[in-house]
Order: sequence, then structure tokens, then C-alpha cells
Amino acid sequence: MKIIIAGAGKVGETLIEQLSGENHNVVVIDKNAKLIERLVNSYDILGICGNAASYGVQMEAGVNSADVFIALTQTDELNILSCLVAKTAGIKHTIARVRNPDYSKQFGFFKNELGLSMTINPEYSAAREIAKVLHFPSAINMESFAKGAVDLAEIKLKHDNPLCGSALSEIQRKFNVNVLVCAVQRNSDVFIPRGNSVLEANDKLYITAPRKELVRFMKKIGIYRHKTKNIMIIGGGKVGYYLAKQLSENGGYNIKIIEKDFARCEFLSEALPDVQIINGDGTDRDTLFEQGIEKLDAFVALTSIDEENIISSMYASSLGITKTVAKINRVSSKVLQSIGMDSEFSSKLIAADRIVGYIRAIGNSDESSVQTLYKLVDGKIEALEFFITAEFEKTGTPIKDLKIHKDTLIACIIRNARVIFPRGDDTIQTGDSVIIVSKSKQFRNINEIFR
Amino acid sequence: MNYRMISSTVGKLLMIEALFMTLPFFISFYYAEGIASSSVYAMVMVIIIAAGVILTAFKPRHKRIFAKEGFVIVALSWILVALFGALPFYISGAIPNFTDAFFETVSGFTTTGASILTDIESLPKSLLFWRSFTHWIGGMGVIVFVLAILPQKDTRSMHIMRAEVPGPIVGKLLSKTTATARILYLLYTAITLLETFILYIGKVPLFDSITLAFSTAGTGGFSIKNASVAAYDSLFVEIVLSLFMILFGINFNLFYLILVRQIKRVLKSEELWVYLSIIAASTLAIACNIMPSVKTFGLALRHAGFTVTSIISTTGFVTADFNKWPTFSKCILTALMIVGAMAGSTGGGLKTARVIMLFKSGFREIRRAIHPGTVKCIKLDGAVVDKETVSTVNSYFTLYMVIIAVSTILVSFNNFDFTSTFTAVITCINNVGPAFDAFGPKSNFSALSDFSKIVLSADMLIGRLEIFPMIILFSPSSWKKNI
Repeated sequence: MKIIIAGAGKVGETLIEQLSGENHNVVVIDKNAKLIERLVNSYDILGICGNAASYGVQMEAGVNSADVFIALTQTDELNILSCLVAKTAGIKHTIARVRNPDYSKQFGFFKNELGLSMTINPEYSAAREIAKVLHFPSAINMESFAKGAVDLAEIKLKHDNPLCGSALSEIQRKFNVNVLVCAVQRNSDVFIPRGNSVLEANDKLYITAPRKELVRFMKKIGIYRHKTKNIMIIGGGKVGYYLAKQLSENGGYNIKIIEKDFARCEFLSEALPDVQIINGDGTDRDTLFEQGIEKLDAFVALTSIDEENIISSMYASSLGITKTVAKINRVSSKVLQSIGMDSEFSSKLIAADRIVGYIRAIGNSDESSVQTLYKLVDGKIEALEFFITAEFEKTGTPIKDLKIHKDTLIACIIRNARVIFPRGDDTIQTGDSVIIVSKSKQFRNINEIFR
Repeated sequence: MNYRMISSTVGKLLMIEALFMTLPFFISFYYAEGIASSSVYAMVMVIIIAAGVILTAFKPRHKRIFAKEGFVIVALSWILVALFGALPFYISGAIPNFTDAFFETVSGFTTTGASILTDIESLPKSLLFWRSFTHWIGGMGVIVFVLAILPQKDTRSMHIMRAEVPGPIVGKLLSKTTATARILYLLYTAITLLETFILYIGKVPLFDSITLAFSTAGTGGFSIKNASVAAYDSLFVEIVLSLFMILFGINFNLFYLILVRQIKRVLKSEELWVYLSIIAASTLAIACNIMPSVKTFGLALRHAGFTVTSIISTTGFVTADFNKWPTFSKCILTALMIVGAMAGSTGGGLKTARVIMLFKSGFREIRRAIHPGTVKCIKLDGAVVDKETVSTVNSYFTLYMVIIAVSTILVSFNNFDFTSTFTAVITCINNVGPAFDAFGPKSNFSALSDFSKIVLSADMLIGRLEIFPMIILFSPSSWKKNI
């Protein structure tokens, strides 16, 4: 596929890296010539320097022969405009990044009236991910498949966890729960476990199960925590704003935002009447204590500086706050794991994942394509959801007879909103949703998973 | 909320109150009031020390306290100190009703001087001493005293001091809170001693000199005579008391500035000039107004001068029965009750500094209406007062009015006439002492119901601690488990 990316910022570069790695033809447009030169030297792409909304520049980038146009420049209006120009030039799929909260209610309008295929708001998506974790704090990270029928939870095994030392095949018998461990991260290594794999302390497990089973399982192994109530958010930027808004709309939370900038505080207090806004430095120990850090259930650090987020959330952990979340922009998650962070989020990675998922989905003409895509452990593991249509070749064949690629696992089958953890005799049928966990194979179609 | 720190600080404070109680204990020996009288104090001391030991038994895990804890500590301490301070009156049987004893003690500690006693002179000397002594302790503040004598290792004592010292802006004299508190108490003690000495050489008995000096120093107004200061019928006493009432109504920081020879800064103080001008103008106005009823202008000036200084400094000593004065004079006196003394003094009321700021911000609004877009900073003593302070002063005034309104309604259930009800509230919240009509200078508060007495006691505490500490103590959100 030919993909044009306008604007090579943080999300842009992450996308370039992923898409060019997946063998797409990527053309990047940016105003900054130096940046273009660096990108062209580092990745196998074509670079054009100029204004992405200009028809001439777009033609130079070959817009008439391209499949996807992704606008990721600094300005929302420029992104929308350049998508409209590209649309008129005949491109089929246009994706615009729109971040201004003023537009956040008109995404439907962008799609239906302006004809943009997808509008993404990285900060909004990041806030949603964080809200999920705050809603279910037992997990480090939470994703959901098939409209919430199945969750994918990431948990870490501490030394005293009863799972340590037991083989996977024993779990079901020992705890009498229906969950599936679909990936294990041990140190910097990731593997898809077999029945005889033995779990060790400090392993990170990726578990799929319906929410109810997950809760039961977590209660049994003693890591279940109740929903968070008192939440402190440091930094009232875009992510902080969206997060506080979502949480206060859900209700049941006490939220306090600490923000340095007074003018921003005034805006927040106007936009979020149910949230306490404190004007102060959230990295200052005294301020944190004055604002009652001891009473917190969750501490969310969302300032623009990674280091401050990391240090203040580690400090919060050291005070015994069980759930700490940090927003990370640049620091690699490998570094963070080595220092024992609880949960961290990067809005650029979340946005890039969503775009890659979309592109995989349109890359196939048939409908049994990727519905949802999550990248885990720095992208080393992918969890994908496929919808099975009539075009699926192996309908009705028992799974034990299917030849599946190495390091790939059919995690579960969702049939009529019922979750099946497949055994050898189970079959895949038309109308099912199937969740596949794989060690970086970049599948675009369910048929690709078979050898 | 750091409960343990609050508990241990309040506990320490009660120990100090037990220490204060030794004074009336010895006095009861000195005047040979008998074993029954002395044993009352001993008993009360044991009770207070026991309470203190229990409260200090909670060792704080950490000493972090913030503004919120400061307010709570101050409000709680004052309530407890008044409750325990009422015990000698109650146990000795001098005031058989505990609500009355509490009202009297709150009135003492908050330096109000409103009394429920009908025959003051019948009380034993040691109780009279304790009654006047509460004025002296309450004047500068119980907690400031603790800060002055106890070595403070933690750095956050300013949060407590700020909550107790009156005024919109609390300035430290020195970089250390303890040193500041010490200087304040040294100045306070020195001026009190000076007054005692002057009264004593003016042929006032020593016991009377001491208790009068205590009452003046705290700008309280309790007297050991039924007729208050009128009992001495001495021009000398009245002049000395007037001068000292004016002095104790002045910001103590100014005395410190005189001490370190910065007279220029003292003379530059706008608040001081406004305070003195109000005294001079009201004295003249009232003197002219009451001229027809008294024979000479000299006597009119003597009565007016003493009453004005007594009311504006919120002391409440009485020589003339101003309840019989014309309405104009009464109105001026009511206004003076509300204005009160200077910030940072031992007096009550709104404080001159706040009144100045209220006027200035009011005039600014008028100016803005006439010349739209006017930008004008509010200045005090030539320096810009920051916006936050101005807006706090405005909200303080609003809260103050709301509390007056609510209390007036609550006391009105007692069905006294409007003037009595309203001025009783005004006099209590401003810590003055006498009101008008039913609670005028020649009568007392004993006729009120227990409920009204509790409301007025609360008003006195609210007024002395400047509203916020009491409200914060009783607001549920400061005790919530949530953030």
C-alpha cells in the first residue's frame, strides 16, 4: 500500500517506523527540511518538504496513486484541510489527528459530513486507556476485545504470589477459574507459554478472560483491588483534562488536579465543575502532602516532562499508593521496567497502534480482517481480533488439525457473546470473533496464521 | 489530617493551662480563702493534666501540618481551654450553671468581657484573678504563648500562629516563629507591668491594679467591681486606662519597630493614623452630642473619650451609662464596635486595616463605573496589597455579615427587643462586652437562655479567631476521608 504521512512529529515517526517495517510505501511530508533528511536517512521512505495542505505538494507526493493519507501536523485545522484536499484528489482513506477539545464532540461530523475515514485524538485515547486501568486497578494494563466481551489484562507476579512455581496447565485445576495466560514476559524476553511452562516471580502475564472470570481469578491469587476512588492527577494538560472529564462523567470518583499554570487552572475549573483544581507544583512534596496524598487510591502523573512523571509516581508508590500511572513520551519502556514502574502510558504509541490497526484492516479486501490490534511489550507481541466470514478456508476443522505458525496462539473464540477457550476439538465457525496472540508476525488476515 | 499531631499539640496546650491555674491556686492561699477554695484549683489542675496526658499519649508519626491542621488546632484548643477554664467557676459553685460558667470563660479568653454575673464583688479573690487572667492569656493568644515558651523543632508552627493572630496579613518580626512569639509576649508583659505600676502609684490597690491591667492588656473588660471602672471615680484612673486601651489596640509590630528605632516606619503606618483619627473624631462628635445632658464640656469629653477608647479597642470598660445617651452617639458606638482595633493588636472587631481595604476597594468600584477600564492597585502604607488579600478581605466581610445575621436570628428566639438582640450579637462577635438596652453597660447577659448563651459563646470564639478556624473545625469536608 502507498501511505502518505503529513507531519513527522512523535506519532509520525513512530508510524513511519512501523509502516515502513511492514513493507508499505511511505511518503512523508513535513515543512522541516532537516527532519525530512534525517527520516529519509533512517528509514526506507520518500520525503517531501512543504506544506501538506497544498495541492501541489500533495501531487508531488503522489496523492492520486496513494491509498491512505494520514495528517499529523501540529495544527488540527491544517490536518482537516489537508485531508479534505487529499480526499478531493481522489484518495480513499484519510486519517486526521484532531486534538483540540473544542472539536472532540464532532468526530461523527468529520466522518459523515466531511468524509474523513478516521479522526484520532491521541490524548483522548490515552485518557481512555488510563481511565480503564483506574476502573480496574488490579491490572497494570487493560485492553478489551469484541466490544468488551473479553479483556486482556497485564499483571505482574510478586514473590508471594501463589502462581509462582506452578505450571500453566495446573492453574485451571488449582484455582478453578477459566482464564488463559497468552503471553509471558520474563526480564526482557517474551514467549507464548505452553501448558508445561512454569511461572516465576517477577513474570509479567498477559491474561485473557471475560471480566467476571478475571475478577474471580484475581481475588483467588490475592491481587484484586477495589475500584479506585480518590484520584490525584498531576498536570492539567490535554490528557489530564480528558481523563478527569471521563472519570467525572462516570461518577464515583473524587478527583483532584494539580496544575502549575494559573490560567490553565481557571480553564479547568470552568470546564470541570466536579473536579477540584489546585494551583500548585505537583512535584513538590509539601504540596502533595497538603493535598492529602496519603488518602489516595491512585496517583496519575501527566506533566509534559517524562522524568517528573516517573519520579513523582515512584515517590507515590513508595508512600504505599497502590496504583500509580505515569505518562511517558520519550523514555523507552525497557528502562521503565527495569526501575519497576507500575503503569505507564504513551499517547504517541496508543495513537500509532490505532492507525496501524486501521491500515491492517483496510489492507484486505475481505472482511475477515483485523478488527482490533494491540501491541504488547514494546510491540514484540501482537494481540489481534479477527471476524470470521464465509471466506475463511478452515471453517469446521478441529483446531488440533490446523497447522498454526510457531509462536502463535488462538487465545479465544467468541461465539454469540460466549467466550470459548479453544481445545483440540473445538472449531472455528462463520460469525465467530477470534483472538490471536502472536509474537510479531504482522498478520493481516486470519488465513495467514496457518502454515 | 494529621490527627496525632493535632491531639498532641492540643494536649501540650492543656498542660500550659494547668500551669496557668497555679496562679489562682497560690492566690487563694495568699488571701487565706480556705482549703475548699484551694482544693478546687488543685482538682481542676489534676483534671486538665489528665486530659493533657491522654491527648499527648498519641505520639505523632510525623510532624507535617498544613494550614488546615493549623486552623483545627487553634479552634479546638480554644474550645477545650474555655471548657476546662470554666471548671473553677463551676466546681467552686460561684457559677452553678455550667453553660453560664462556659459563657463567662469564653468571654474571658476571647477578651470580650460580657458577663453573666450579677454580683461580681461576691466572688473570692482567686476566682476574680482567674477571671481577669483569662483576658491576659486570651489577648495575645494561648498558642502564641506555647510557641513562645516551648522549643519548636518543626518549621511549620507559622500555620498555627497565623490562625490565632488577628489581622488580614500576619507579619513575622523575625525569621523564627518562636523568637517572634517571644518578642510579642515580652512587649505584652512589659506594657502590662508598666500599666500595673502606674495604676499602683496612682493609689489603686495592688490587686485591682493587676486585674485592671490584665483586662486592659487583653482589651477584655472584666472588672472586679460591680460598677466597672466607674467604681474608682478617678480621672487619673480613667486617663491611664484610656491611654493603655489605645496602646493595646495598636499593632504590636509597631511597638517592635519603635524598639528597633524605626520610628519613621511607624509614622508611615496608614492604619495607625486612621485608628487615631477615628478615636479623635468620634470622641468629639459624641462629646458634642451628649453635652446637653451633662453639665460641662469637660465632663462630656471625659465620658466620651473613655467610652470611645473603651469601645474601639473592644475592651468594654464602663464609666458612664451610654445606654442613656442619644441615638446618634449609640450609632457611632455600634459602628466603632464593628470597626474595632488595629490588626495584630489584642483587640477585636473587623480591624482597622480591613475597614481601610474595604473602603478602598469599594471606592475603586465606583471609580471603575465612572471611568470604565480604570486600573488601580489598592495600597496600604504605600505598598500594593496583593489581589488575593483584597478578595479575602471582601469575602471575610461577607462571611462576617452572614454570621451576624444568622446569630441574630438564633438569639431572636429569646424574644428580646431588636436593639438588644442585634447589639448583643455585635458586641460578642467583636469581643467588646457591653451592648445596648437589655444588655447595656449597667446590666448583664444572665437573662439569656442557655441556647442564646451558647450561640453568643460561639460568636465570641468566631470573632476572636477571625471566623475561619471555627468554620474549618466544624466543616465536614475537613474531616472527610476523601481527598
